Amino acid sequence: MSTESHMRRVTAINNGTVIDHIPAGCAITVLKMLGIDGRRSTPITLAMNVPSKKMGGKDVVKIEDREITQSELDRVALVAPEASVSIIRAYSVAEKLVVNLGLEITGVARCCFSNCATWGDREPLPHRLKVHSIEPLELRCHYCGRSQDMEAIIDNLL
Amino acid sequence: MASLITMDDLTNEEIIEVLDNAERLLPVARGETHLPLLEGKILGNLFFEPSTRTRMSFETAMKRLGGEVVNLGDVKTSSVVKGETLFDMIQMVDGYTDIIAMRHPRQGAAQYASDSARVPILNGGDGAGHHPTQTMLDLFTIRQAHGTLEGLNVALVGDLRFGRTVHSLSHALVRFGCTLTFVSPESLSMPDEIISDLKKHGADITETENLRSVIPSADVIYMTRIQKERFPDEDEYARVAGIFKLCAADLSPAKGGMIVMHPLPRVNEISPDVDNTKHARYFEQAFNGVVARMSLLCRLLNVEVPAIISSNGGEN
Ligand SMILES: [Zn+2]
Repeated sequence: MSTESHMRRVTAINNGTVIDHIPAGCAITVLKMLGIDGRRSTPITLAMNVPSKKMGGKDVVKIEDREITQSELDRVALVAPEASVSIIRAYSVAEKLVVNLGLEITGVARCCFSNCATWGDREPLPHRLKVHSIEPLELRCHYCGRSQDMEAIIDNLL
Repeated sequence: MASLITMDDLTNEEIIEVLDNAERLLPVARGETHLPLLEGKILGNLFFEPSTRTRMSFETAMKRLGGEVVNLGDVKTSSVVKGETLFDMIQMVDGYTDIIAMRHPRQGAAQYASDSARVPILNGGDGAGHHPTQTMLDLFTIRQAHGTLEGLNVALVGDLRFGRTVHSLSHALVRFGCTLTFVSPESLSMPDEIISDLKKHGADITETENLRSVIPSADVIYMTRIQKERFPDEDEYARVAGIFKLCAADLSPAKGGMIVMHPLPRVNEISPDVDNTKHARYFEQAFNGVVARMSLLCRLLNVEVPAIISSNGGEN
């Protein structure tokens, strides 16, 4: 069975966003990072652990009636650096976006360190995590310098 | 350079320049020469946790150069505990002063303040983070004794886990190609994160629990205080405190030029009989805090230190 036939399990959408090539099992995290909790949003379709030639297995997310912006997308870079994103209008691909990790992630997650100067939600400057290395992925708080792993970032999403 | 938050804010060349300027400022620091380079400037001393030594040494440095100092006052009665954010506090002090020296219990507070302020910030310690002005005075002391910072054998002893002083110093020494030996009990060893960072910079590092074994080859033995609070029980503290302790007799196999340093205050780590040996350097080290900070204040305020300073009458 080809990847294409798997894809057909998931219905095509009229308008919205398709995020493909998410590492298997990470779709929920991607939604969390986009601030989508499924209660107050438009219809969401998830496909998890879909066989993929490129990745072995992958997740796919389709978000109806919502076009993800580039800055929203860059949040996703942490979990899905290879994701390919299509903006769908009237059943066809209107735009393709590329995920870009960049050098710094601002306003996405709090620093995980409980003694950081930013702790407590009252300080007004933005939370800033700097990409210290990509392989392996390591982020450090701009202020206190603490390393943050993926788990900590997900726990501390804003 | 806007602020000094970590040693990464200075290149090796800049470090040497600050040390050279500090050296020329020695007669001013001793009060032998009047040189009001910072006249009309105001330093804001923001110490959110008590620190007699660092605060006084900033204050002395500013006043020796003819500047003024305003102090935050007692943290318990200031607005910090009433819930004012660091951001708001910095906005206010920023308007009153030309430069701010600060110590704060939270890590990253100095960077946060620097991002909030227009005036330069001198980090005087942020949680378990950085303490670069201490590192500068340590480097000054080491260079004064050995004539160089390059390629020395430095042993750092005691609490290497929580001591921000030894973290900043290790980074700086590695940049000058020093060989480091970390001497500590297992429970207070240098954090893995820091060791891996140092090794990435090509550091030659040995870890041991045996202080005696490092004495013969060391050029510098940097002692630190082991705090009772770090230990779950008194007996373990007493055992460890007894091992990581120097007395004069221990120093007989040392090289003639080896120096013993300590950021002070000491408790029992260095026995008083070491004070009278040629190796003791911790009191000069404390005094050097004044010149090192004088030099840094000038640098951050963009005031040039004259190339020649006479020892009796100021600028030539
Ligand atoms: Zn932080």
